[in-house]
Amino acid sequence: MDRYQSRRKGTTTMKSTVDHPTAAKPFVANQERMKWHDGALWFVREKRDRQAHSIPEWEYLRELASQTKAHTQANLAEYLEAFERQATAAGAVVHWAADAEEHNAIVLGLLQKNNVQRVVKSKSMLTEECHLNPYLEAQGIEVVDTDLGERIIQLRDEPPSHIVLPAIHLKKGDVGETFHEHLGTEKGASDPKYLTEAARQHLRDRFLNAQAGITGVNFAIAETGGVTVCTNEGNADLGASLPPLHIACMGIEKLIPRQADLGIFLRLLARSATGQPITTYSSHFLGPREGGQLHIVLVDNGRSSIRDRDEFREALNCIRCGACMNTCPVYRRSGGHSYASVVPGPIGSVLSPAADTEQHKSLPFACSLCGSCTDVCPVKIPLHHQLLAWRQEIGREGLLPVSKRMPMKAAAALFARPRLFAVAGWFGRFALRVLPHALTHNRLNTWAVARELPIAPKKSFRSWYRDQDRPANSLPIVTPDPESSPTKNR
Amino acid sequence: MHIGLFVPCYVDQFYPDVAVATLELLESCGMQVEFPSAQTCCGQPMANTGCAEMAVPLAERFVEIFQPYDFVVCPSGSCTAMVVHHYDHLFSGEKRAAFEAVRDKTLELSQFLERYVPAEKLNFPSFPHRVGLHQSCHGLRELRIGACSERMVTGNDSVGELLERVPDLTRVTLKRADECCGFGGTFAVAEADVSVAMGLSRVADHAAADAEVIVAGDMSCLMHMQGLMRRDGSPLRVMHLAQLLCGRSIDINHDAKEQRR
Ligand code: SF4
Repeated sequence: MDRYQSRRKGTTTMKSTVDHPTAAKPFVANQERMKWHDGALWFVREKRDRQAHSIPEWEYLRELASQTKAHTQANLAEYLEAFERQATAAGAVVHWAADAEEHNAIVLGLLQKNNVQRVVKSKSMLTEECHLNPYLEAQGIEVVDTDLGERIIQLRDEPPSHIVLPAIHLKKGDVGETFHEHLGTEKGASDPKYLTEAARQHLRDRFLNAQAGITGVNFAIAETGGVTVCTNEGNADLGASLPPLHIACMGIEKLIPRQADLGIFLRLLARSATGQPITTYSSHFLGPREGGQLHIVLVDNGRSSIRDRDEFREALNCIRCGACMNTCPVYRRSGGHSYASVVPGPIGSVLSPAADTEQHKSLPFACSLCGSCTDVCPVKIPLHHQLLAWRQEIGREGLLPVSKRMPMKAAAALFARPRLFAVAGWFGRFALRVLPHALTHNRLNTWAVARELPIAPKKSFRSWYRDQDRPANSLPIVTPDPESSPTKNR
Repeated sequence: MHIGLFVPCYVDQFYPDVAVATLELLESCGMQVEFPSAQTCCGQPMANTGCAEMAVPLAERFVEIFQPYDFVVCPSGSCTAMVVHHYDHLFSGEKRAAFEAVRDKTLELSQFLERYVPAEKLNFPSFPHRVGLHQSCHGLRELRIGACSERMVTGNDSVGELLERVPDLTRVTLKRADECCGFGGTFAVAEADVSVAMGLSRVADHAAADAEVIVAGDMSCLMHMQGLMRRDGSPLRVMHLAQLLCGRSIDINHDAKEQRR
């Protein structure tokens, strides 16, 4: 697989260790674009807030979704078997893939067996995770992503920067340029309507000529053997209906027990993802269409091992709505590519180290631990707690850089000795007061590159306290009433 | 009530008046307060950096030191959250019971005032200024001292309620009511670029709302924003909630004479 990973510009760094702060630097430095990106995603977050507010039972739904997912995971083997039985009975063919390589080989095998040269694809982060496109292209098969955002970045030979809004890092002008280069639109055109129309014409052609359609799966229903795909552009329907062969690729965590559970997730998904009450198209596939074939590929690719770990199990609840990215103040300012992984943002920072801890060890630290992701997540994944758990795990595995570990060791030693702490504090404050500004605010002091250090007081609190006649006298600022005693739990 | 004052290490060293103000405030409400000087740091920097094992001895000391008090009160949501939520897996066996006892009586300042001080005792001096409230993340989303914008629940708002009791104070309305300021402990250094970008937009939100002072229950967030504002020569001030409630001047953390740039 590795040789395919380097085919895309943005993924060339994927095998080496990625340092998030370094990767984020250019994105943050471009102030104008960074602020625009931040604002665009915050706009989506606010839309989501309004939609979530419109449902009085929002928190109840989240709890229900979380418990349904937990229940499914606890009984995953049974539900997967039930799904296979029902899907097969409905006429679909079910395949099992242990990892990305197997998944790709299965898909290629199906395409070759049916003499397929041209494929249209829609809504699949999983195939992105498995790097299916370069794999198929290397076999001479044409793969066209049909979601507008996906198509834009495919033309630009870049990875997606967001799981729901894959081209959110690009502005209208960038898209205009890309389309001018690849689709022959007018130079300098940036009118979204004009550009969308150009893409539509270009894609129509691809749809009509495709011999197979590959789609992702948002939800697979054990009870019926059906799969549901949610899109706003309707392209998954076209891709699955025009060509005779439909291959649906899904991670094993996409399962839900019953058809009746679907409503919970459909209500949460669109609201959390884009702030819509429902996605424009929620297409349900139960068996192949007349004269066609439906193949469903169930992929593990590391999911079982996440399921086996108590601290991270709930990460499998993820329905890939992207809300945690939209709300994440770090993601909004550092951009999706800075995570150098297929799924960026908070959930990506939990999932990526599970796939390769060493490679993604900086991601759990790309987080201020504000906890907004945990509260926004429609399936209640305790994301920021999992990121904290990853930090401990990285520490345990000895993967913490010396620059992180050493200062902590020194500080811990100091904090264990209150007298020494007081003395060191005194020295620190004294130095800050007497040393020239240029010396305390040098380039080696990362804090002070853009920030002033606090003004150092002469006395610490502890020495002030010692100098007082404590705790005998009190210093009331408002007149206290000595008669009334405080009451508990007023 | 006998209260053990839990003073975050950086407050002790850099913002002593925040601790003094907390002490005054609690005493003015009739509490008996003591600062056990054996305390240093709760261990949060180590735990958040992935070195939880280094935080264990500090956590154990903490429990030992604060055992004798009826309550442990701290002018920081973040340090309180460390004890209340993140000490949990650091204790096992015999030491567990003592830890749980201390954990259950450890409260952030506004939480304590709201729960254990009768309303008629909460009389604060006038503060005739336009105030922007920075809701610190750990107080908000770990201790739940306010209702955060992501969750569709109407929660309590202990800081907001305290501010409401201050005569002549005007609260300004922010565009992003509870966005993170980007401090995040060691995050501020490890991810300095992003941290600074977050801080600047937080400050800009307050400035755009025409605030004179940014008030928070965590001095760490304020230290970070103050650092950015000093660099930019912004006229905005920062104050800890305790300082405001004690009637300190708006310039308390910002002595112009000592300002170096
Ligand atoms: S972790 Fe939660 S918020 Fe993030 S994408 Fe998954 S479901 Fe959505």
